[in-house]
Amino acid sequence: MSIIVITILALCAIGVTSAIILYFVAQKFKVYEDPRIDEVEEALPAANCGGCGYPGCRGFAEALVKADNIDNFLCPVGGAPVMAHVGAILGHEVKAAEPTVAVVRCNGTCENRPKTNSYDGAASCSIAASLYGGETGCQFGCLGLGECVDACNFDAMYMDEETGLPVIDEDKCVSCGACVKACPNDIIELRKKGPKSRRIFVSCVNKDKGAVAKKACSVACIGCGKCVKECPFDAITLENNLAYIDYNKCRLCRKCVVVCPTHAIHELNFPPRKEKPVAADTKTVKPVVSPKAQTEAKTNDSKEETSDNK
Amino acid sequence: MLKTFSIGGIHPAENKLSADSAIQVLPIPQMVSIPIAQHIGAPATPVVKKNDQVKVGQLIAKSSGFVSANIHSSVSGTVFKIDAIVDGTGFRRTAIIIKVDGDEWMEEIDRSEDLLKEITASKEEIIKKIADAGIVGLGGATFPAHVKLSVPPGKTAEVLIINAVECEPYLTSDHRVMLEKGDEVLVGTQILMKALDVKRAIVGIENNKPDAIAHLTKLAANYQGIEICPLKTQYPQGGEKQLIAATIKREVPSGALPIEVGAVVQNVGTSLAVYEAVQKNKPLIERVATITGKSLQNPSNWKFRIGTPVHDLIDAAGGLPEDTGKVIGGGPMMGKALSNLEVPLTKGSSGLLLLPREEAIRKDSKNCIRCGKCVSVCPMGLEPFLLMVLAEKKNYERLEKDAVMDCIECGSCSFTCPANRPLLDYIRLGKGRVGQIMRSRK
Repeated sequence: MSIIVITILALCAIGVTSAIILYFVAQKFKVYEDPRIDEVEEALPAANCGGCGYPGCRGFAEALVKADNIDNFLCPVGGAPVMAHVGAILGHEVKAAEPTVAVVRCNGTCENRPKTNSYDGAASCSIAASLYGGETGCQFGCLGLGECVDACNFDAMYMDEETGLPVIDEDKCVSCGACVKACPNDIIELRKKGPKSRRIFVSCVNKDKGAVAKKACSVACIGCGKCVKECPFDAITLENNLAYIDYNKCRLCRKCVVVCPTHAIHELNFPPRKEKPVAADTKTVKPVVSPKAQTEAKTNDSKEETSDNK
Repeated sequence: MLKTFSIGGIHPAENKLSADSAIQVLPIPQMVSIPIAQHIGAPATPVVKKNDQVKVGQLIAKSSGFVSANIHSSVSGTVFKIDAIVDGTGFRRTAIIIKVDGDEWMEEIDRSEDLLKEITASKEEIIKKIADAGIVGLGGATFPAHVKLSVPPGKTAEVLIINAVECEPYLTSDHRVMLEKGDEVLVGTQILMKALDVKRAIVGIENNKPDAIAHLTKLAANYQGIEICPLKTQYPQGGEKQLIAATIKREVPSGALPIEVGAVVQNVGTSLAVYEAVQKNKPLIERVATITGKSLQNPSNWKFRIGTPVHDLIDAAGGLPEDTGKVIGGGPMMGKALSNLEVPLTKGSSGLLLLPREEAIRKDSKNCIRCGKCVSVCPMGLEPFLLMVLAEKKNYERLEKDAVMDCIECGSCSFTCPANRPLLDYIRLGKGRVGQIMRSRK
């Protein structure tokens, strides 16, 4: 009996002594951590997607707490509400950032862009891109092996089997940019979502000369520059035979969509056009140009239209 | 016991179908496309314009750096245009397209067949002539030859190794060159020895070419310092580092060049090109390639002008067989499938292989069964199964630590994998990324 008592007492004594030692050691080697890091982390969506550019939500929270100004930080998953919440915790004012969404800038479907050879190597876009120009005559476009879909953590993408191109589900896309990084051909871009998700973009990244691009793909941007001339807001630039629409300048007038000879410029989520789309457009949007320029633009448009009709 | 390298290696079916076919001369095409980047290093800068008249052997693109090479016109005619075309690499890159008119050569080129044994040029003159002639390693890697011959200060070359191994299955162009141009090859070797200031040269030949070994051994008796070294038939015997290990029993350290162990390796085709450049003033405008394949009517060896389209060579050998699944530029182990038949043959084209459909299709990849076969065959002592996973997971730090840059891309791992895993595909991708990271650090 006494053995049991002694054992229990001895163990208790060891326990108490160790606890006391541990207590002092813990005091001595205590690492101070800003309690706000935990708070901020709590506020973040815990997706750990890395879309913000930091290693997980914890890393982002640490960076946020350290920063003097959090204007340049954005959690793509949570967007403005989360950033406002974080701002409140940290005592910063946050400007509401425009929501963005991933956009696939290639329309090289099997029909538009015929195959010239077939690839049977490892099913990875990066590998295909490092080996050669791809299965079609266009060496800039989508390779169709779905590395972007694999990279998406939010189930917001899938490969359309009919077209062979990735499709983005706008409602699920949180604009984390994982697909943008995954794509070896830099086809996917994060663009401003736009009012009512209405957007206009050049759905092509081909930098070849017009004739070569057109031969490879019937809906390629041929770098003719018609859209650049047409745009009343100087939103379109032409570089290396490829037009690019600056989404910060674009006012969604849709004039470029009409003039594009290869239908490379796409409009999304717009209501169907009325019979005279040009006139309707100039009414709905109010461009910041002089009325004279407007009328000029109108007459030019109508000329284009009539010549098209001929 | 025949000499060979000490670790790894495989023995694929040799299939040297065209070994008995003498080198024929391919007719000059109507149009040639000569890419300005046919070598490792900076692309050459074109020095001709559209509509310029050019002669055979005329400089049309100038080397644009130390690691770069001159490009000469392989035909006479008019420059049709300078434009981007899809070449053998599969990418659209700049090429000089020349419309052929007659066959007028530059005057200084000696076109006679006479053997000029006496080497009058000095060491410096030899290297300059080789650089001017745009000679690159003709084994396939196309590294500019003059760079290898310019030994960096502080290093000395002790031995020249001539790579006449031709370990790729199917290919026989080097074999035929040795049989038909043996003397020229050996004079070329002596020129290279003079350029490097070495007294000893070893010609390494796999023992599946007994006739070439016998022929060169007989001829080598007339040349000082050249030994013929028969080697075991084992892939990749012709890898630079493997060849050094087999012939002189030295191991090139990881990340270093062969000069570190006092060796310089040149291909046997390069040796012939050096002979022609130094003794005959002929720049690198033509070379020998094998066209082969099991269903091909006439597997054979041809001397072609650089820039000839691939389909011309196929037509010369009896046309494209019905059942062709892939046309591979190079050999079956390290060659690259071509994306169309318009691509030009270049300085690096050692052969064309037409694979029948059933052999060309890659089988479905299954899970790794940890058999370790890839590790045991890797001639560089790497762990391909691990490197593949690391590349797939984008763990570039670990890849670098595990010496991915030592991979010679011989493909032994993919060849031997019972689960058909795309080992080399991923390793090559990882190697590219790690290379980028390492360069950006400098």
